[in-house]
Amino acid sequence: MNQTEVTKEGLKHERPEREATTGVVAGRKQRRDTMVPPAKFQSYYGKPVINKPVWASPDIPGYLFLGGLAGASSLLGAGGQLTKRRGLARVSKAAAAAAGGLSLVALVHDLGRPARFLNMLRVFKVTSPMSVGSWLLSAYVPAAGLAALSEMTGAVPLLGTAASCGAAVLGPAVASYTAALISNTAVPAWHEGHKTMPFVFVASGASAAGGLAMAAAPLAESGPARRLGLAGGAVELALTKAMEHQMHPAVRKSYHEGKAKWLIRAAEALTAAGILGGFAAGRRSRLGAGISGACLVAGSACTRFGIFWAGEASALDPQATLTPQRERFEEKISFEKGAEVEELRG
Amino acid sequence: MIGPLNLLSSERAAEPASADGYADHPRRMGFFTDTSVCIGCKACEVACKEWNHVPEDGLNFTAMSYDNTEGLGADTWRHVKFIEQRKPLGRQEPGLLHELASPISFNGQVGQVAPAAPKLAALPQASPDGSPFIDFRWLMASDVCKHCTDAACLDVCPTGALFRTEFGTVVVQEDVCNGCGYCVPACPFGVLDQREGDGRIWKCTLCYDRISYGEEPACAKACPTNSIQFGELDELRERARGRLAQLHEGGVRDAQLYLDGKEDGIGGAGAFFLLLDEPEVYGLPPDPVVTTRDLPRMWKLVGAAAGALFATAVSSFVRAGK
Ligand code: SF4
Ligand code: SF4
Repeated sequence: MNQTEVTKEGLKHERPEREATTGVVAGRKQRRDTMVPPAKFQSYYGKPVINKPVWASPDIPGYLFLGGLAGASSLLGAGGQLTKRRGLARVSKAAAAAAGGLSLVALVHDLGRPARFLNMLRVFKVTSPMSVGSWLLSAYVPAAGLAALSEMTGAVPLLGTAASCGAAVLGPAVASYTAALISNTAVPAWHEGHKTMPFVFVASGASAAGGLAMAAAPLAESGPARRLGLAGGAVELALTKAMEHQMHPAVRKSYHEGKAKWLIRAAEALTAAGILGGFAAGRRSRLGAGISGACLVAGSACTRFGIFWAGEASALDPQATLTPQRERFEEKISFEKGAEVEELRG
Repeated sequence: MIGPLNLLSSERAAEPASADGYADHPRRMGFFTDTSVCIGCKACEVACKEWNHVPEDGLNFTAMSYDNTEGLGADTWRHVKFIEQRKPLGRQEPGLLHELASPISFNGQVGQVAPAAPKLAALPQASPDGSPFIDFRWLMASDVCKHCTDAACLDVCPTGALFRTEFGTVVVQEDVCNGCGYCVPACPFGVLDQREGDGRIWKCTLCYDRISYGEEPACAKACPTNSIQFGELDELRERARGRLAQLHEGGVRDAQLYLDGKEDGIGGAGAFFLLLDEPEVYGLPPDPVVTTRDLPRMWKLVGAAAGALFATAVSSFVRAGK
């Protein structure tokens, strides 16, 4: 019905009907009072503005957790080897290889077309943390695997040491890039946390890796793991709170409701228990070290799952998207108006 | 192929195709959706499905006026929204008020039919100041992918499945997409989604096939009121400004253009709109910003965090080494 002809050169025979204003022909009385001030909370039938992530639990939150555990474990593994703590090196390298491998499995499993995983390595894009992460993992996972294999079997010791060092260099990046991965989205509860999220993630990774090694490595060798785990746990606790507080109240809300609320609370309780237990009994008691280590690992996992579900909730809540944007928009407008007034005066 | 970080410039906004490596390309093409003439017929939704073989995705009763497709997604690339409001129509009076202008009692000549005024009294008369105008209006708007200049979906796609065409539009290559789903929460408008049972992501292609042959997209072709207008973006922007002035002059003062500029958070849209109320009312974000605008800072902080972890680990060995 649209008889305007569209050509590569542009429109031809444009028709005028689209200019019609209802009521003009009938000459109805013009009304000037039609501006209605916008109501405070408007949305389209309460429907979300953005589409919620299709990422599934436990794949993706598990992936976040495992990446942190693996990355920080590689540091303990290499450190253990270099400082001749063989038990610590063994445990941490095994943890890094297992967690790294599992995180890759989780990532592939979550794809809509798992058979096409290798398409990830078709291009390298710094604008896509997932692309960067895929390349990172494709270097890290084999390195961590080789390091563990050599540590366990004693085979290829030189290559094993090189792989351990390689994994220790890549490890921190593996633990932290996932923060960019999720905060580089339009999901309010993730994006608004982008300034603090990387630090929360590495702290959470340190807590998990430290906790695991503390629980599984010989007491005599687990000093560094305990230090790393306790420091990580403490920073994780503090920064998760700080991150929430940097957010707009409409966004922060998603951390205090539903699944996220319980997971974040559990994370706090577990991590706090792990820290206290670690201080009190981590050095001397096998059982104490085991329990407090396990608490740190579980706390770290809960933090990741909590952040994941807060993101999902905020994506479903139109006000989490709309309110901060509306306020930003109003500010911009009043700023522009102010500038105009300045100009008129000056 | 290495994707550059966003280069924000007005040149890029005018012709994203050149910024993305096309030496020789047609002018940037786009949509101008003038919702003030939309009648909610959904011809665009149907035409889009027909032309693009988009599967049926449920004909649901949603209790959202005449909207039964709910939102954009893998299987809805044009979505007609219906908003019922207790607000006056601006100048577009429906002509139902018999005491002012009744077609029936007009000059008392049209038959001897009794005036239907009593019936009309039952219609909503919500005007608080007691004015006799009916405060009810029905807004309809056909939503679509905005084909952003700084497109978050395109930036974050790790496989390069999403790409920029020579027309400056953003299209998914279905033979490359591995369904990682990153683009879905990256889009600030909730445009893309994963198709069930298929795993891949689907969205509006701005009828890449049709426009490559000089045809207009199916939705614009089917739109009976020309609410959906397709053409060179520059020309559309000019046309939209004219239309806005016309509506303002006519007293429809709520009318506003949405995403018509080049300076917004997405570097300018390839598909923009004329709305009769605030964007929120249509479920559109008032100040969308492409997430990758913050990515350089994120990378720096990720680097700093990685460094901090490394340093903490080293120090935990040093201090325990005694
Ligand atoms: S509107 Fe969303 S899907 Fe469309 S180009 Fe922009 S970011 Fe991509
Ligand atoms: S789901 Fe497909 S189109 Fe979307 S980011 Fe992943 S590979 Fe690209």
